[in-house]
Amino acid sequence: MWEEAEQIKERMEDSQDGPGRRKEAAGVIPTREEMRRALEERQGKALTAAFSAASVAVCGLGGLGSNIAAALARAGVGKLILLDYDRVEVSNLHRQQYKASQAGRYKTEALAENLREIAPYVELETHLVHVDEENGAVLLDGADVICEAFDEAECKAMLVNLVLEAMPDCYLVAASGMAGMGSPNRIETRRVTERFYLCGDGVSDVKDGISLVAPRVMACAAHQAQTVLRILAGEYDI
Amino acid sequence: MVKINGREFNMAGKTVAEYLEEADYDQKRIAVERNGALVPKAQYGKTVFAEGDCVEVVSFVGGG
Repeated sequence: MWEEAEQIKERMEDSQDGPGRRKEAAGVIPTREEMRRALEERQGKALTAAFSAASVAVCGLGGLGSNIAAALARAGVGKLILLDYDRVEVSNLHRQQYKASQAGRYKTEALAENLREIAPYVELETHLVHVDEENGAVLLDGADVICEAFDEAECKAMLVNLVLEAMPDCYLVAASGMAGMGSPNRIETRRVTERFYLCGDGVSDVKDGISLVAPRVMACAAHQAQTVLRILAGEYDI
Repeated sequence: MVKINGREFNMAGKTVAEYLEEADYDQKRIAVERNGALVPKAQYGKTVFAEGDCVEVVSFVGGG
């Protein structure tokens, strides 16, 4: 089966579809080199090199974290450290990057599987763990940028305080306020301190009974992911 | 005067802990930044606002 696929691919490589282009064989996973070239074509060599050399931690793999991780994997970030203690619930599927068939599985495991389908050569480190003040610094060691993507306000505050206090060399991209049906234009990114960025509208609390709606959560996740990429690109101003 | 979240307060000489108490913040849901640096939670009671300080109390809300 694999050999057959390789043969099909070779045939496809021989047939040109327009100048410099070739058709991709359906169902064949592109090589590492092919994927790198495609990223360089879209993003340029310098950015692609910067992204692929980076290690980014995503704390919490829910509506924010799973979408951040997918965006970063697509952009070719070299290594993702994924942390969550929870399992995929049916009620997560409306906004998180999981499939119905993955309900009941650990998010770390399910997301790793989905990311490998998107970006087969991304290096993944998963931790099935509740991040807290005791274990945080060890778990996040080695990350260039840390994304706070937790659900609960107390956990968000805990991580922000921990990283800014104990990991002064790390960049931190956190989120607060993305619930409800408000305008996506109110989601914004602020640079609070030199290494601390905060995305969201700052006020829309899920505890006020307003639910989480996929596009608005994704807009916030996109702000976070883009901020990570800008930091990796050396673009620190907002 | 001390600038806190964009507004001027007569807080010079008071501690971060005193201000947070007065303003009724839930200390489990905030991070305090003063003149560009985080104030560690353990230092809230010992950190005294000086004239001209620029402070931001970042409050987190739930959802993610």
